[in-house]
Amino acid sequence: MITKTYAGKAVAVNEEGYLLDSLAWDEKIAAAIATEEGISELSPDHWKVIFYMRKAFAERGDGPSIRQLTKQSGVDTKRLYQLFPKGPAKKAARVAGIPKPHGCI
Amino acid sequence: MKNLVILGAGTAGTIMANKLHHRLDHAEWQITIVDRSALHYYQPGFLFIPFGLYQPEQVVRNKTDFLPAGARFVIGEVDRIEPEHNQVLLANGEILLYDDLIIATGVDIHPEETEGLKGRLWRTSIFDFYTLDGAVALARALKDWPGGRLVVNITEMPIKCPVAPLEFVLLADDFFRLRGIRDKVDLHFVTPLPGAFTKPKASARLGGLLAAKGVRVTPDFSIARVDEDNQTIVAWDDQAVPFDLLVTIPTNKGDAAIARSGLGDELDFVPTDKHTLRSSQYPNIFAIGDATNLPASKAGSVAHFESDVLTENLLSAIAGQPLAAQFDGHVNCFIESGAGRGLLIDFNYEVEPAPGKFPLPGVGPFSLLKETRLNHFGKLAFRHIYWNLLLPGHAMPLVHSHMSLVGKDLS
Repeated sequence: MITKTYAGKAVAVNEEGYLLDSLAWDEKIAAAIATEEGISELSPDHWKVIFYMRKAFAERGDGPSIRQLTKQSGVDTKRLYQLFPKGPAKKAARVAGIPKPHGCI
Repeated sequence: MKNLVILGAGTAGTIMANKLHHRLDHAEWQITIVDRSALHYYQPGFLFIPFGLYQPEQVVRNKTDFLPAGARFVIGEVDRIEPEHNQVLLANGEILLYDDLIIATGVDIHPEETEGLKGRLWRTSIFDFYTLDGAVALARALKDWPGGRLVVNITEMPIKCPVAPLEFVLLADDFFRLRGIRDKVDLHFVTPLPGAFTKPKASARLGGLLAAKGVRVTPDFSIARVDEDNQTIVAWDDQAVPFDLLVTIPTNKGDAAIARSGLGDELDFVPTDKHTLRSSQYPNIFAIGDATNLPASKAGSVAHFESDVLTENLLSAIAGQPLAAQFDGHVNCFIESGAGRGLLIDFNYEVEPAPGKFPLPGVGPFSLLKETRLNHFGKLAFRHIYWNLLLPGHAMPLVHSHMSLVGKDLS
């Protein structure tokens, strides 16, 4: 098991850096992971996506795909790629402290 | 009389009809299978058509040649499924009542989902090879193409046969070499994935193969639209890639009848238990093959492996017993790599493709994750196996529905 320290808190992560326990997450951890992903500041739109990701994961047990994000988070695709460059679904999932979505097979 | 209805007479539906015809009591059960087309396409063969390696007639047969004589075959469009009433409504007004339903309606390409893809450049400088029409049109375009920028682009995942776009690029390299114009062609593979393939180890191996053949790879590219005036594909983050010829793998979606029935997810795939293959919503509905939302590749081998599990589970469900058979996500694919060579990969939900021998550990004759001549012949022989063993529902010698770890190097 890999342990990483974000915002002074030790958390268990998998080999790709995703939190193993979504309940160990807090907003400070999110900000620290975002910095690692090259996102220097989390805007209100970032948080909107992050909280939608967590809600979707709590309800369905899997993170949403980009299509679900676009349809249901209230943030359009273009904006999603600005917020989380190169892979909104997988990056937002990591920042939101949930597992990588199963979308990519 | 009880009714088993199968929607879709492609690879998965045809195998299920044959297997269940052998296993169900004919005095008690009527099998009805519905499809919009009377023709069965050997879809893995589409890949070879653009390069003139296969002719269209080699990949088309009549569906009735492969369906059991006792089953009723209905050619028609499904309007919708009404699960609350255990019935299927056809577009011609006919109603099919069912006791158990198998959804095997597959996926299709939807270029209209991406702005500019199906516009004025469609089939003049933008082509697909996931339909027979598309593959034939592309063959015509490639025959006398003088060279230039050939871009192969995957729109979004998941797609049917995720290795086919790679095979296309590798075969294109070969094709242009033989035509003596390889130096005039810039081959460019543009994908939304972080690398050449979905699984890291195979991705590294296949990425190396592309590099060795001088294929440029642009990963992490999610197409937003085609700029028709400038002949470029433009990503959501404004990256742009110019093309002279674009070979697109458009968005893949499940059948529209699934959406009309309210049974699909955002891409019209049927939410399905990944181990039992029962619908997540209705106990007397099952789904198989490309139509499901399973986190496995959409491929004929998957449909074939699933058919063993689904047959057992459907018989258990009919007998009122728990569903004991479990699908492990087994995928087995030959990858054509050009110049008469090929690779073979074998993996499941949990275990990535690994090197080794297949199907006999240490013996083979096929080599996993390695380019060999024999793998290429395996791929070619598979067309005959498909028509004569796989579709009729016969067991494949030495190949099992559950993946084996024996003989694989998992380090």
